[in-house]
Amino acid sequence: MSAPGSHVAHHFPDLETQAHAARLGMWLFLATEVLLFAGLFTAYALYRMLYPSAFAGASKLIETSMGALNTVVLITSSLTVALAFHYSKESRSKLAAALLLVTLALGGVFLVVKYLEYSHHFHDGHLPGRFYSYAALQVPGASMFWTVYFLMTGLHGIHVVIGMGVLAWLAVGAWRGSYGGAYSTPLEVGGLYWHLVDLVWIFLFPLLYLI
Amino acid sequence: MSLSPVSIPPPSAEPAPLFNERNYLVAERGWRSWLTTLDHKRIGMIYLVLTLVAFLLGGIYAMVIRVELLTPGPTIIEAVTYNKAFTLHGVIMILLFMIPAIPGIFGNFFIPLMIGARDVAFPRLNLLSVYLYLAGMLIAIFGMIHGGADTGWTFYTPYSTTTITKVWPILLGGFILGMGSIVTGLNFIVTIHTLRAPGITWMKMPLFIWSAYATSVIQVLATPVLGITLLLVAVENVFGFGVFDPARGGDPVLFQHLFWFYSHPAVYIMILPAMGVISEVIQAFSRKNVFGYRAVALSSLGIAFVGFFTWGHHLFTSGQSAVDAGVFGVLTMFVGIFTAIKVFNWTATLYRGSISFQTPFAYVVAFLFFLVFGGMTGIALATVALDVHWQDTYFVVAHFHFIMVGGTITGFLGAIHYWWPKMTGKMYSEKWGLIAATFIFLGFNFTFVPQFLLGNAGMPRRYYSYPERFWPLNVASTAGASVLALGFVIILVYLLLSLKYGKPAGPNPWGSRGYEWQTLSPPPVENFESQPTYPRPPHDYDDANPAKEFH
Repeated sequence: MSAPGSHVAHHFPDLETQAHAARLGMWLFLATEVLLFAGLFTAYALYRMLYPSAFAGASKLIETSMGALNTVVLITSSLTVALAFHYSKESRSKLAAALLLVTLALGGVFLVVKYLEYSHHFHDGHLPGRFYSYAALQVPGASMFWTVYFLMTGLHGIHVVIGMGVLAWLAVGAWRGSYGGAYSTPLEVGGLYWHLVDLVWIFLFPLLYLI
Repeated sequence: MSLSPVSIPPPSAEPAPLFNERNYLVAERGWRSWLTTLDHKRIGMIYLVLTLVAFLLGGIYAMVIRVELLTPGPTIIEAVTYNKAFTLHGVIMILLFMIPAIPGIFGNFFIPLMIGARDVAFPRLNLLSVYLYLAGMLIAIFGMIHGGADTGWTFYTPYSTTTITKVWPILLGGFILGMGSIVTGLNFIVTIHTLRAPGITWMKMPLFIWSAYATSVIQVLATPVLGITLLLVAVENVFGFGVFDPARGGDPVLFQHLFWFYSHPAVYIMILPAMGVISEVIQAFSRKNVFGYRAVALSSLGIAFVGFFTWGHHLFTSGQSAVDAGVFGVLTMFVGIFTAIKVFNWTATLYRGSISFQTPFAYVVAFLFFLVFGGMTGIALATVALDVHWQDTYFVVAHFHFIMVGGTITGFLGAIHYWWPKMTGKMYSEKWGLIAATFIFLGFNFTFVPQFLLGNAGMPRRYYSYPERFWPLNVASTAGASVLALGFVIILVYLLLSLKYGKPAGPNPWGSRGYEWQTLSPPPVENFESQPTYPRPPHDYDDANPAKEFH
């Protein structure tokens, strides 16, 4: 591992200022992500208010156990990514890389479960707008539940995939010993992003599956 | 060599060169060095070229609209082409010019120079923002050539999801431009927090920095909502998901709420940077410290904050409850209070100042006139009962052009005339500068004052034809627009000529005591030859000792 000083870009006075800038930048980025999802949460709130019974009926068609499993998977992955940062700070880079790989694997499990759920919905015609063809629930607004469901879980799924890309890149860097000790900020901000992906799901799960 | 604002240069110091040969423009050569540059000054210059191309394109659409409206019936184009022209005029001017221009050009160039930094916090993200802008621009232009949207720049559903014209490329372009805007805002916030040189405390920051900070907060917090809204319209338009379609249970008014949650704060993204420019120029050209620094600085944050809670004034006639409309109307008027704080402080700054009426200052005067006129009509429009009469008429068009053209573009012109010597190291023709400013001022008034009268008389906006009684005022408006366009052409010509024939400017041709003038013109790659110190606030003209000028 090279000396921490060499990681300081020419326009920063020291490593601490640079790390502070990276953290602040990531928190601001997370704020933009929250507001990106906020548009969809607003749509959810409005349509749930307009069509309470249709939303309650459609929500029963999702397997709560699948959602619960994915919630556990993502919360565990947040733990492993946090541990990866912890061990990187202690300069145990190989262990950090291994933990990032575990996080990646958990992200993969999440996507497989989501794929199984989606294929079930496609098969039964639980689909948005003009694609809706589920005969057993024909009330006004039923298709709107699926519009909101697919937009929210779809946008979240895209974030999972992007997050996995970031984690894979960090895992390679950690394995090669590019980070460690005081210079673990890339793992820290990458981990923050993954926590946000987790946190969005923690809101999606009760809204779509439980109520 | 010492460039400190207050310490007298030591006797051994050589005088600064009139034109710095070792500058950022020639530090590296070849187009490749420009495409991969991480230098905030070069990125500012790239934005200057790109946004001016956009401005030219949007201006051509504006002239097409004005020529079409020269006669009550068809003049040069068909109705559907006319609808596309006003849509593209709006999209280009707002998303490609007014939102990115002042932050992209002058924010990038001057924020590090004004806070004594070597660069912005994330130079690579800065370059990424240029490419996002370019990609969004190309996709939007592709959309204009292949079909072209006819929805108006507001993309109201359900029309935008059912129109036969191709809307999705422009929506996608808008989404990508939004990402670029977020990246710029994020970069500026982090830069201002982490890279201020020792001595520049929050209450010693130049006022342009305060307004750039407030602008960036809006860019970061509001733009994602526009992003998701444009994506929802695109999804609905392409796949038929029923997001906003009443036939499938959707609510089109939800679109209006989401759209204006961004697009109203976006008008403060456009005007706040111009206000920052005015704060700088007015101090330099009246040779006085700003009156009420704290009030001018914090009112920028006030506008940014209250701007998030005013979007409902676009929905007065969309079935909003009377209580909602009243609350949004009153909240909108708070913007007027914060703006008035600025205007009164600027006016007090002029009082007993030593004013030199040069080109940048001419734009300050124009700005104050247009902002007060446009702002007062804005307060009138925020009054619910009056708005019902004026909704969707030319009165609204004239009001927001007074703020956006009269405010933002005169701010932009003030900025380019004030900072041109620093950016290029050359002086432009002062005589032609004042002539062009006169054309801009007169042309602008002749374009938009008739539109207030037309709107009040009941002429709706976005209509292709109109009754004959509206004819004379439309002719006046088109004539004014021609004078305005001529003014812009003159400016472009003498600025380009100054690059070759202009006199070398020297480090500080205005005798300004803004922090950014403490370096050579054009600045070296590393911004300062030696790190300046900041013992005094910017624009401190209390001490008239000429030895304490930077030069």
